[in-house]
Amino acid sequence: MSSLSRDEVANLARLARIEMSDEELVSLASEFTVILEAVARVQEVASADVAPTSHPLPLRNVFRPDVTTPSLTPEEALSGAPASEEQRFRVPQILGEEA
Amino acid sequence: MIRSSASEMASALAQGEITSLALTQLHLDRIASVDKDVHAFLHIDTEGALAQASAVDAKRAKGEKLSPLAGVPLALKDVLAQKGVPTTCGSKILEGWRPPYDSTVVAKLKKNDIVILGKTNMDEFAMGSSTENSAYGPTHNPWDLSRIPGGSGGGSAASLAAFEAPLAIGTDTGGSIRQPAAVTGTVGVKPTYGGVSRYGLVAFSSSLDQAGPCARTVLDTALLYEAIAGHDAKDATSINAPVPQVVAAAKSGDVKGMKIGVVKELNGDGYQPGVRARFEESLELLAKAGAEIVEVSCPNFEYALAAYYLIAPSECSSNLARFDAMRYGLRVGDVNGASAEEVMNLTREVGFGREVKRRIILGTYALSSGYYDAYYGSAQKVRTLITQDFTAAFTKADVLVSPTCPTTAFKIGEKSNDPLAMYLNDIATIPVNMAGIGGMSLPSGLADEDGLPVGFQIMSPVMKDERMYSVGAALEAALLSKWGAPILSKVPALGGRA
Repeated sequence: MSSLSRDEVANLARLARIEMSDEELVSLASEFTVILEAVARVQEVASADVAPTSHPLPLRNVFRPDVTTPSLTPEEALSGAPASEEQRFRVPQILGEEA
Repeated sequence: MIRSSASEMASALAQGEITSLALTQLHLDRIASVDKDVHAFLHIDTEGALAQASAVDAKRAKGEKLSPLAGVPLALKDVLAQKGVPTTCGSKILEGWRPPYDSTVVAKLKKNDIVILGKTNMDEFAMGSSTENSAYGPTHNPWDLSRIPGGSGGGSAASLAAFEAPLAIGTDTGGSIRQPAAVTGTVGVKPTYGGVSRYGLVAFSSSLDQAGPCARTVLDTALLYEAIAGHDAKDATSINAPVPQVVAAAKSGDVKGMKIGVVKELNGDGYQPGVRARFEESLELLAKAGAEIVEVSCPNFEYALAAYYLIAPSECSSNLARFDAMRYGLRVGDVNGASAEEVMNLTREVGFGREVKRRIILGTYALSSGYYDAYYGSAQKVRTLITQDFTAAFTKADVLVSPTCPTTAFKIGEKSNDPLAMYLNDIATIPVNMAGIGGMSLPSGLADEDGLPVGFQIMSPVMKDERMYSVGAALEAALLSKWGAPILSKVPALGGRA
């Protein structure tokens, strides 16, 4: 359980949308054997009767009045875009050719 | 003048002994002469800093009422958005990005007329303990240029120790303010989670990240904290309560009758002898100042590191999904016919460094179906146990203390191929982030064996930040009278003129 194969790392990299060379996949897989063994220690004390904590503050939904506040202009919002067109982000093809 | 504290500079400004323009120029000159060796800065905003300085001088000339730190220069960690100024997070994926807005911390600094000199180096997206993970090369520790300045906020801490700035902003997810402070002989504070707005702080691990003040004295960190703290409607996790009165606490430095709890589990094996010796000495000084030293036990702290290296990567794998090459930052491989997914894959391959990829993959694994309960779920339970340990300990003591980190600064390159050894640096700082409480590191002296700075950590309950400032100021005063001069007077001369 506490180890990952090269193919498992490749699948995780695909899910995380990171291209990786074969060499990188192999070396990450070997590092993960050590890292997973270390982090798996949490299971020693995580018994069923302990409630999980996701956040340090006991916050629930935080609301504000529904009023318009100043925001970025289209020019500002697009100022860091790799590509833009007609006040929109220009992105590579998302759907297949026929769409 | 550049070796003075920020509050001394502020009073020289108030008394007309120097202008902010001259003071800012002195620091820019210092940066120009030593930063080629230290590499604390990724970007120096000469024009912006001088404009801000002139503006505050004009306000002062008109007799306007100014904030306590008005006109004093500051170094800003490159993880906070500053309008129009490059903000990289130490990553290639954000190279050249100029945010179209100010983070709340920056807005407050500007409102307080604190002069922002530039952006400081850091481990990429704040992931690291040495600043070696910066895509722009490491920062060097002014105490010994062959050593690390800590991380992730090594640039901010090094800028203080190199007298390039008297104030700095850091962020702390697992120790990124406190560990750099410890290894550079400076002061750094991680406030209570929610004490300082995270709006415009590029997220690494949202439930752990917290910005805070860095300086060369406890009082200076207190003044800076009060400038940047407070509720912000733009951050839903910002606490809507009065700001802890830390300046008053730092000025009084009164610890008479306070109970100081030594955390048994954060000492002993694995801590360098010189680190332990300085820690024991500091405890004696605090006892002499009137505090009562008690021992407390936090048995679940030994699982904190493991839990952290599941929670932080899990949150990071989600947070860093925003770097998708679509709306800002780097885009690679956008040639005719390439799909959005191919462009994302290639951009993230080129744009992210090794440690960031490692953590994204680890987080993706810990959150994946079938492993979620065993890893992320268990880590969340450990988080509960750590918080319960703190709650119990704070019934026995007003503050808790420990060494900030197990060792002094190590050599650049020494641990960069061993992620686990690197992660162990944060063993004493991580519990604080897990529980969202406050933590401060201040210098407790130099280790006998290597002559390098050692940090003393003080932890205070949620929104009782003033307690760590009281204890910090008391210890600082006691140490100063023992040493006769601030610890940073021992930093070796750098290339530049002092």
